[in-house]
Formats: sequence, C-alpha cells, structure tokens
Amino acid sequence: MAELVFWTIAALTIMSAAFVVLNNQLIYSAVALLFTLFGVAGLYIFLWADFIAGIQILVYVGGILVLVIFGIMLTNKIKSVRISHKSMQQGVGGVVSFWFFIFLFIALTKAPWAISDAIEPIGTVRGIGVLLLTDYLLPFEIISLLLLGALIGAAVLSRGES
Amino acid sequence: MTVDYIFDFLTSLLDGLIGSDYLLLLAMLIPCLAIFGFITVYALVVIYAELKVSSFIQDKVGPMGQGVGLHAGKWGLLQPVADALKLLLKEDIIPSSADKPLFILAPFMIFIGAFISFVAIPFGDSIIVADLNIGLFYILGVGSIAVLSLILAGWASNNKWSLYGGMRSAAQIVSYEIPAGLSLIVVIMLAGTLNMQDIITYQAGGLFSWIIFDNPFMPVAFVVYFISAIAETNRTPFDLPESESELVAGFATEYSGMRYAFFFLSEYANMFVVSAVAAAGFLGGWHSPIVGIMDSSAWGVFWMISKTGFLIFVMIWLRWTLPRLRVDQLMNVCWKVFLPLALINIFGVAIWTVVFNS
Repeated sequence: MAELVFWTIAALTIMSAAFVVLNNQLIYSAVALLFTLFGVAGLYIFLWADFIAGIQILVYVGGILVLVIFGIMLTNKIKSVRISHKSMQQGVGGVVSFWFFIFLFIALTKAPWAISDAIEPIGTVRGIGVLLLTDYLLPFEIISLLLLGALIGAAVLSRGES
Repeated sequence: MTVDYIFDFLTSLLDGLIGSDYLLLLAMLIPCLAIFGFITVYALVVIYAELKVSSFIQDKVGPMGQGVGLHAGKWGLLQPVADALKLLLKEDIIPSSADKPLFILAPFMIFIGAFISFVAIPFGDSIIVADLNIGLFYILGVGSIAVLSLILAGWASNNKWSLYGGMRSAAQIVSYEIPAGLSLIVVIMLAGTLNMQDIITYQAGGLFSWIIFDNPFMPVAFVVYFISAIAETNRTPFDLPESESELVAGFATEYSGMRYAFFFLSEYANMFVVSAVAAAGFLGGWHSPIVGIMDSSAWGVFWMISKTGFLIFVMIWLRWTLPRLRVDQLMNVCWKVFLPLALINIFGVAIWTVVFNS
C-alpha cells in the first residue's frame, strides 16, 4: 500500500516536472509546477519530514508559484510567446546528458547510504526549532539578513528614479 | 474519530473478509465522504443564514413561503435548496476565447484546497480526521491553493474584469496571509505546539484559560487574525476581487452553473475553516466556557460548532454592515497597521511569557 502510494507520488512528480520542461506555454508550465511541488512535499512526508513538507507547500506554492503566475499574468501577450525547448546543440547536449546520467546512476547505486534503523520520529518541529536557535543560529540569521537585503533592494528598484 | 480509529473499527468488524489495504483505503474514504456531506449541509445552512441575516439587517423579511402553490417552504427554509438546484440545472458555459484546460481546472482546485483543510480541523476531543503534528501549519499551507486557483480562474477567463479580479485577489490574499500567520504564531508560542488538539488541550479550564484571555496582547492578536481571515476569504468589506459594482463579478464573471457553484461553495467552506481555526486557536476549541458544565465529549462538538458558527455570523454581520474598502486603503491597513501590530504582539507575548509565566 505504502509502496503503491510512493510510486504514484514519484510518477506524478516526474511526469509533471517533465511537463514543466517540455511544454512551450509558460502558464501551463507554471501550473504543472504546482503538481511537482506537491509531489515533492509528498516525498518529504515519506521521509517523515512533516514540517519540511508544510514549508514546501507554504513557501513554494503559496509564495513563489503565486509570484511566478503573477509575473506571467502581467506580461503582455504571453500566449503568443513560444518558448522553444529545442536547443541548437542537440548532439552535444545529448552526449553530455547521457554521461551525466551514467555518472549519477553510478553515484546513486554505489554510494554508501547511511540507513538509520531508528524508529520514525514523532514530529520534527521541536527538533528543528531547537537546532535553529542553538547550533545553526548564525546561518539562520545570515539567511534572514540576505532576505531582508533582497526585500529592500526590490523596494528600491521598484521605486525608480525620483 | 481519526482514520486510525476507523481503521481499527473496520478491522475488528471485517477482519479476514477483505485485505487490510482495502480497509485502510475504506477508512480514508469514509471521513472524506463525511467531510463532503458536512460541507454540503453546512453550505445550505449558511446560505439560508446569509439570506436571513442580510434581510434583517436591511429591515426586510428575506425569503418567506406564503400562500399556496410553488413557494420556498415555511420561513423560506427551502430557498437554499432551490438556489442549489438552480445552479445545478443552469447551462455550463465555457467562453470560446477562454483557456479551456485552466478554466476547467480552477474551480476544482479551489474546492480541493478548501476540502483538504477540513482534514486537520478538530470537531471534538476525538473527532478529527487526521490529528496532524503540524495541524495549524498544514491548514495555513493548503489555504494557499485558493489564491492560486483564483488567479488561474481570472487569467483563464480571458476577460479583463476577471483578470483584474484575479490580480486583486492574489495581492490581497498574499498580503493578508502575513498578519494572519504572525497572529497565529503568538498562539503557537503560548501553546508550544502546532498540533490542533494540543493547542485546544492547552486551553482547558474554563473561559479565562482560553488563549484570547491569556494576556493583554491576545485580544489584539485575535482581532488582527479575524480581520485578516475575512480578507483572505474575499468577503465584504474586503471583496475587491469580485466587487460587483466595479468588476461585474471579478474572477467569477465568466463562470456559470456548477463551476460557479464550486467557487461559491469554496468561499463558504473557507469561511468555516478560518472561523474554526480562530475558535480552536483563541476561543478554547471544544472546551466549555465553564468547567464541569456541558463539558463532555459530545458537548465538545456542540461548543466547537457554535463558536465557529458565531464567528461565521460575525462575518455575515460585517458583510452587510460595512462598505467596501478601496485598494489603497486595503493595502494600508494590512502593511501599516496589522503587520506592526502583529509584530508588537509577538514581542509583547514573548516578554510577558518570560516575566509572568515562567
């Protein structure tokens, strides 16, 4: 049962991701991205990372995807723009992709994955919170500062000349 | 009544007859059907309430059944049924210039968003579909599907009024999510958990144990959350996305029949969700206001539904009392009033907790 659900979610993620890349209408790609993001959230839940799954939906679906679609909507005559996915260097690209796939495949199969036999944690929120405010306080604050900088930068840029 | 509980019950009842995988599937399907039934019945009730309350506020009688022949029952009780039937029987029109796949997808998406929020809403001390560890967070997260489907509906209609409506709803919901989320953070700080049942358990012990009376900052947080929640559900005075005097019907202009009904249903379902979150987070959830009186599990359902129902009534009341805001006023209120208030609340509650509660 769990396996069936896992494969369904994995198939949904991969198929919608492929649709995002291969479709040549931007708005459909953005909508397909919604399903990819939900699929990834589902995979997080399979890894018992409930909080990360929640963040994934809240930030990526509620924030970033809305901004992407907002941007697409405000673009004039977006439907007439054809985004080609056919590159000029198909031969070279194919060779590089093939070897990269081989490389990744070997890496994935040969890597000594650390498989924990610990029982599944009941809730990760407390642990993440404690770690963020103790061991990882500095990185956490630096990311906040970076985001604040981006926010102020966006505000300055959008004001224009005055 | 979690899924686990139903699964155990089904296993004890039908053990050996069908495989446990099918039983688990059945145990998940039953709450889904229950939620669907609940939303439908609730929508009929709240549509009737909206008609009647609005009529009383405007000094009318509202739907009434009088005389003989075809009429809407006693006190117009059948009016919502007639409305629902009308929507069901109307012709389903898809404009020829609309973006067909997205036009069809949008109403389903918004309904799914509202529907899956109900999974984490506690109706009683053991009546919740899934007692998620991140319950409150989950409800906030899946609530963001609504804004996406509103923009898609606006865009796919290929109509300038719809597009304006979709853009306004996106700007409005994304903005008001921030003060709403920050106000709920205060609740999380006090209860120390994201789990809906634990937040409610924290408020055990009568009226003055409710989070809204926990400290002087909480009533402010409640008001900020509630008003932001009204803005998120696109209700007057925040109904700019569908303001009929400016935008025909905003994002819903091109929708008719069943598809329009889905938007309608989702708006009412979302009203229930945000009111239930306010009731669980601030007003003690399924706890009785007085310890020991009407305080059993069965009464818990009564308290939860009546607290939520009261908040929905307040929403209807505000809708028919206040005029619509302008766009600039809407944004000013959000960013210059609610956001600072919510941030001050977080600091205030943190200091209060350290000084008085430790």
